Amino acid sequence: MTKFLTVSALALAVASPAFAQSRDNVQVAGSSTVLPYASIVAEAFGENFDFPTPVVESGGSSAGLKRFCQGVGEEHTDVANASRKIRDKEIKACAENGVTDIIEVRIGYDGIVFASQLDGPAYNAFTPSDIFNALAPKVVVDGALVDNPYTKWSDFNADLPAEEILAFIPGTKHGTREVFEEKVVAAGCEATGAMEAMIAGGMSEDDAEDACLEVRTDGRSVDIDGDYTETLASIDANANAIGVFGLAFYENNTDKLKVATMSGVVPSTESIASGEYPVSRPLYFYVKKAHIGVIPGLKEYAEFFVADEIAGPDGPLAEYGLVSDPELADTQALVSEEKTMGADM
Amino acid sequence: MTDATATPTPTKSLTTSDAHMKKRNAAEKRFKAYGIAAIGAGLFFLVVLLASILTNGLTAFQQTFIEVPVYLDPAKLDKKGNRDPEEMAKVSTFGYAPLLQDGIFAQVEQKGIETPLAKSKDMKALISASAAAQVRDRVLANPDLVGQTVNVRFLASSRVDGYLKDRVTRESVARDKNIDAEHLDLVDALRAEGMVEKRFNWDFITGADASESRPEQAGIGVSMIGSFFMMLVVLFLALPIGVAASIYLEEFAPQNRFTDLIEVNISNLAAVPSIVFGILGLAVFIQFMHLPQSAPIVGGLVLTLMTLPTIIISTRASLKSVPPSIRDAALGLGASKTQSVFHHVLPLAMPGILTGTIIGLAQALGETAPLLLIGMVGYIATNVPDGIAAGFLDPNSAMPAQIYEWAKRADPAYYERAWGGIIILLLFLFAMNAIAIILRRRFERRW
Repeated sequence: MTKFLTVSALALAVASPAFAQSRDNVQVAGSSTVLPYASIVAEAFGENFDFPTPVVESGGSSAGLKRFCQGVGEEHTDVANASRKIRDKEIKACAENGVTDIIEVRIGYDGIVFASQLDGPAYNAFTPSDIFNALAPKVVVDGALVDNPYTKWSDFNADLPAEEILAFIPGTKHGTREVFEEKVVAAGCEATGAMEAMIAGGMSEDDAEDACLEVRTDGRSVDIDGDYTETLASIDANANAIGVFGLAFYENNTDKLKVATMSGVVPSTESIASGEYPVSRPLYFYVKKAHIGVIPGLKEYAEFFVADEIAGPDGPLAEYGLVSDPELADTQALVSEEKTMGADM
Repeated sequence: MTDATATPTPTKSLTTSDAHMKKRNAAEKRFKAYGIAAIGAGLFFLVVLLASILTNGLTAFQQTFIEVPVYLDPAKLDKKGNRDPEEMAKVSTFGYAPLLQDGIFAQVEQKGIETPLAKSKDMKALISASAAAQVRDRVLANPDLVGQTVNVRFLASSRVDGYLKDRVTRESVARDKNIDAEHLDLVDALRAEGMVEKRFNWDFITGADASESRPEQAGIGVSMIGSFFMMLVVLFLALPIGVAASIYLEEFAPQNRFTDLIEVNISNLAAVPSIVFGILGLAVFIQFMHLPQSAPIVGGLVLTLMTLPTIIISTRASLKSVPPSIRDAALGLGASKTQSVFHHVLPLAMPGILTGTIIGLAQALGETAPLLLIGMVGYIATNVPDGIAAGFLDPNSAMPAQIYEWAKRADPAYYERAWGGIIILLLFLFAMNAIAIILRRRFERRW
């Protein structure tokens, strides 16, 4: 036993001193929506360059940007992935920690689709107003704002099937929720006149905007805090339910899901790129300029990410479901010039 | 009470059964039946569990490969013709992909397979994205291959693999933009020619994780290394600390309120949910001590905390089971307390201690919850650590975390791999428990 103790003490002594080794790989953290794209790029990057494969972690846009903004130096991440634009508050937090020069890179667009069970009813006539009517706690009926009386889709739109309303929407911590609220719910709120009615009812405009984004709490709208796989499982169990997914997720699960149209447009990379399909968002990553030249391979990684063969319309990212950015050439120029945010804007 | 000595008249005999006796017998029978039913239910669920794990997971150990001759065109791979690997490294994997497509297409034409897919680019859907990198590595390692036609065996895409495993069907591809029914017809034809086949896939056991676009390439090997380094940390920390603490508490510590309090708390600690240790690890090791996130050393430290109570409790139990006569004899012969413990008690308790340790390790190996919080999930374990320090400090995953990660991914091909990962993890757990049982059986002494 004594011998054993000595051996273990020795092993510990060998293991412990190496905390401060210099880093030779790019570290990336952030949005779980961008994660699959970033890992595809990281993998190809590792194959094609002599640099080690970048380390990609997820954890959400906000968490990624928070870590990114913690400071300059090897122990902090080099790149933050985000499924939304960086907020002013975050830029300020960054600046306080000395992270001032940030390069914003838009990699393309992601569509958000509504889908139901493959064998379930077809939802082919959605408009933002329908989603709002189905999910809002208060809706306009005959010109008056009342508690949502609808239980079936056909109650407010005869083109929709007479099925019980049940929707699985992303939880509030998801970046997807923000886009869903902004592009669908808020649009529906205005289109149905609910917003006007709220303001007429004595609410300030800001309050009305917030009230617009609320969802009913009687169990017909269910927040899913987990991943899309969880939403998929819920859809699997409820034939009449409708779920909110990313386009890429839907395209990988066409054997289980049937997509719904929005305002008459079928979501696809083409219809999103052309702007016809309304519910989409840009995806970004943010690079710490101070780390370029310090962390080997950082700039090469950023350039590789937006190269035509990766992020272009025929590249592996588009194949996975990213809608490639028509202005990709500008982004490439921006990266190669290392143009930071706020510079000549 | 004067007639206490009078023999009581027997009102009932033990041999004839009356109503009360029948009731008691029935109760016993009922209880036995409940017991058998409970065991039966347990066995049934075990069988269902194992059967579903095996049916879902065994396919992950096989993978579809395509084997065709590929012409390594010098005009594309080495434009200058000087066979300088550095120059040739400029041709990226995107330059190699068409060569493989040409390779398959040439075979299609040569064998006269009829297919509406008339372009070599149409073959893309059959090939894994990893194949180009595989050929590129081979060429860069041996530049003289350029200009030759070499036989290459590479992975088929996950859709093709799914078709051979009956996961992808003709109905399901109708809505799949990645592959068409014509591709499946072609796969059937190529399979008849022996160019497409399922083989045992070592890379699933030894390989690294892959991105979402190529599930066919993903393996559990790197996260196995992560688990291994974590277990090293747990073993070398939890065993000495746990054993030292138990020996002191059991053999030396005075019996007072303070040691009682410690004892109670150790037992309590053993019952604390593991996620609590995860959040503790996040707060102490990562946020306070600034150890690297996602590193096996942090995972190991967290699991050490979790395993310690288990080891202390089992060590104390096996120390207790050593009869006091042995201590008394040692002391009686003039040994010091320390000598009696280390020369006599500890060697006799060792099998029990090791058994407890191995069971503690097995528990730690399968633990996922604390790892979620220290960033060992949501990370793609693609880098094989180079060296021991890197093994402890570089971000890595662990086997259960890797399984969780796969189960979350969008591509259904990853689902199969999650089940396959469970089989490997279970094998490890079985092996460890078997070792524990053997140790106990062979070396344990009873008094």
